Amino acid sequence: MSKFLKIAAGLAFLASPVMADGFGLGRPALPEEIAAWDLDVSPDGTGLPQGQGDVLTGEEVFADKCAACHGDFAEGVDNWPKLAGGAGTLADQDPLKTVGSYWPYLSTTWDYVNRSMPFGNAQSLTPDEVYAIVAYILYSNDLVDDDFILSDDTFAAFEMPNQDGFFLDDRLETEHAIWRGAPCMEDCKPQVQVTMRARVLDVTPTQAGADADTADTSEAPAAADTSAPDPALVAAGEKLFKKCKACHQIGAGAKNRSGPQLTGIVGRAAGSVDGFKYSKPLQAMAAEGLIWDQTALSAFLHKPKSFMKGTKMSFSGLKDQEDLDAIIAYLASVPN
Amino acid sequence: MTARTSRRAFLKSSIAAGAAGAAAAASGAAGATPDPLITQVQPWASGLGDGVDATPYGLPIEHEGDVIRRNVEWLTADTISSINFTPIHALDGTITPQGCAFERHHSGAIDLRKEDYRLMINGLVDRPLVFSYADLERFPRENHVYFCECAANTGMEWAGAQLNGAQFTHGMIHNMEYTGVPLRTLLEEAGFDPTGKWVFVEGADASSNGRSIPMEKALDDVLVAFKANGEALRKEHGYPVRLVVPGWEGNLWVKWLRRIEVMNAPVESREETSKYTDTFADGSSRKWTWEMDAKSVVTSPSPQAPITHGKGPLVITGLAWSGRGAITRVDVSKDGGKTWETARLAKPGERMALTRFYLDTTWSGQEMFLQSRAMDETGYVQPTKAQLRAVRGLNSIYHNNCIQTWWVRANGEAENVEVS
Repeated sequence: MSKFLKIAAGLAFLASPVMADGFGLGRPALPEEIAAWDLDVSPDGTGLPQGQGDVLTGEEVFADKCAACHGDFAEGVDNWPKLAGGAGTLADQDPLKTVGSYWPYLSTTWDYVNRSMPFGNAQSLTPDEVYAIVAYILYSNDLVDDDFILSDDTFAAFEMPNQDGFFLDDRLETEHAIWRGAPCMEDCKPQVQVTMRARVLDVTPTQAGADADTADTSEAPAAADTSAPDPALVAAGEKLFKKCKACHQIGAGAKNRSGPQLTGIVGRAAGSVDGFKYSKPLQAMAAEGLIWDQTALSAFLHKPKSFMKGTKMSFSGLKDQEDLDAIIAYLASVPN
Repeated sequence: MTARTSRRAFLKSSIAAGAAGAAAAASGAAGATPDPLITQVQPWASGLGDGVDATPYGLPIEHEGDVIRRNVEWLTADTISSINFTPIHALDGTITPQGCAFERHHSGAIDLRKEDYRLMINGLVDRPLVFSYADLERFPRENHVYFCECAANTGMEWAGAQLNGAQFTHGMIHNMEYTGVPLRTLLEEAGFDPTGKWVFVEGADASSNGRSIPMEKALDDVLVAFKANGEALRKEHGYPVRLVVPGWEGNLWVKWLRRIEVMNAPVESREETSKYTDTFADGSSRKWTWEMDAKSVVTSPSPQAPITHGKGPLVITGLAWSGRGAITRVDVSKDGGKTWETARLAKPGERMALTRFYLDTTWSGQEMFLQSRAMDETGYVQPTKAQLRAVRGLNSIYHNNCIQTWWVRANGEAENVEVS
C-alpha cells in the first residue's frame, strides 16, 4: 500500500464512526417501559416493591404453585432443585446447596422467584405472593418461625447464614503464580497407573440417537378414523402444551416426570400409567372408573382443584373452552 | 512404495472390529481382485443426483447423521432447563456449525421475531433508550471469532472419570464467527455514567438469566451479536440477538438479550451466587470466576472416535483455548504424562478462540495414555486434575480445566480414565 493510501485509510477510519452526539439511533425508553422490565432486586433491597407475606400464606401458595417440582416442604422432587435443608454440609464430601445453606442474599431468592418462577408460568405472581413464598422457603430452612412476616420494611435486616461464605476470584495468586513456566518434557513421573475408569461407572448415554424419528413416521398415518382432527386446533394445543411441559412428557419415549407421561391419555382409564405415584384422590376416582374422555379431561383441565380436590397437579386451569378443546385435540393427536 | 509398506503393515495389524473389519476385507481384496467400486460403473456415476433446491437450506448428508448434539439425561430434571454437548470428537478445524453447537437453556429456547425484539438500556445513563432490531443494524459492526464455554464443561469429572467421550467431557463449548455491535457503542449512545461500575444484562426468556458484568469488560470487547458464522443466530443460540463475552464463562453470554442496566453494584442474581460459584473443600466458595482458563483436549482418538486403521500413520488431534488470550503451545503425551511432544498448531493461536492442534505420528499398535497440555500467552500451563484438586478439593463443579487422559487400547478403542 502506498503511503498516500495508508494515510487516506487512516483518515477515513478516524472520520467515520465517531460522532460527538452518538448516532441518534433508538428512542427514549418511557418510564412505564422501564418499570415493566427493570425488576431486578439488589442485596440492600433496592428494587423491591411494597408488600408483605407471612409463612402460612406462603405455605398455601407454595403448595399450589411450587410444590409440584420443589416438594411440599421445599425438599425437591426428582432432579428438581431442593430449596431447603443442607445446613452445615458445605464442607462435606457431597454438600447440599439450598437457599438456606448456600444462597448469600435473600434478595436473590425474591428476585428469582419474582422474575423466573413458577417454571412455565414466570412473572405471574403478585408481590405479596412472592413475599409469602420467600417467607415459607425461609421457614422450610428453619431460619424463621411460623409467625414470621416478610415485607419490604423487614427485608434488609434479614441476613442469610452463608452471606460471608464467598471470596473473590484469587486464581491469579493461588493458581497462575504456580502453574506457569517451562513444563516438564522428559521423565516427568516414574510410573503411570489407571486410578479410575469411566466404563466401570457406566453412566454415559448410548449412541442410539437418530432412531426415534424413523420410528415415528411409520406409525403416524394410523390416526383415528372417526373425525379427522383440525390441524389448526392441534397446533394451538401444542402451543398451549408448553404450560404442561415442565411436568408432563408426551410422545415416543415419554417418561414420567413430576407428572405422568401423557401418551395416549385421551380415552384411557385414569391412574393407569406404570410407575407413576398418583395422588390419593386420583387413585380413588380411578377406582370408581374414571376415564379420561373429552368431557372428563375438559372438566379437570378447566379447574383441576375443583374437579379433583387434593390433586397433586399444581396447574391452575384453562379458562377458555377453545383452549380446552385445543389441548385435548393435541393430546389426542400424538401417536402412541 | 510407502503406501505399499503401510498397507502391508495395516493388513498385519490384528484389528477386526466393526467397520474396520469390513474396510480391511475390502482393501485386502484389492491386492488380488480388482475393486468393483472402481471397475464397475456405479449408479452415482451413471444416473443423476439431486437438482438444486432439493434442500433449500441444507442439512448434513444422512451418512453423518450421528454427528449431533447429545444430552446426558440424568444430569438435569428436564430438557427445557438443561444442556447438551457439541460432537467435538467428530469435528475438525475450529468453527462449530450452529446446528451442532451445544445448547444451554434455563426456560427453553424461545421463539422471538425480529419485529418483536426490543433492547433497553437504562440505569445510570443520560438517555434511557430502546433499540429495535433494525436500529442495531445501523451501528458500525465488527466480526470476531470467539469460543463460548459453559463454566460446567468437564464439571462431571471433578470427583473422577465419569463420561466416556470427548463430546460429554468437553462438549459444552463452541466457537463461532460473530457479527455484532460493540456493547461500548450502545453504552455511549445512551450516555453512560462513568461512575457506574457494572452492567446488568438479562434475556427475554422466562428465566431472564440476569448477570452482572464489570464495566471495564463491558467497554473492552463485549459484543451485542446478531449473526454467527455468517447467518442469523439460530433460535437455540439466542435469535435474534445475544451477548458475546469473549473468554468469559458461557452463562454471561445472555441469549435473547433484552435489557442492559448500568449500575453501581452487582445484582448478585441467582446465576452469580447460587450457581457458577466454586465451592472449596472447607465449604467456602470462590465467586466472580469469569475467565475460562487455558484448557485442551484430544478429540481424536477418543472414546467415540477409536482408531480403526491399525498401527502406522496416525493423526492425533484436538482443541485448545484460553479465556485470557491466545494459545501459544500444546504438548501431547502418549504415556500418561511421563514424556511430552510439542504438537503442531494448525494456525497461530487467536485470542479467546479455539486453536486446532495436530500430532502427526506413527502408532506402534500398543496402548497409549493420551493427554494434551495447553499453554497460553500469559505463560499459564494447563494443570493436572491432581493440581486442581490440591487447591479446590472435589466439590468445585465449575471451571474444571484439567488435563484429560484417554486410555487407547491395542485394539484402538479408547476410554476416559484417571491416571496416577
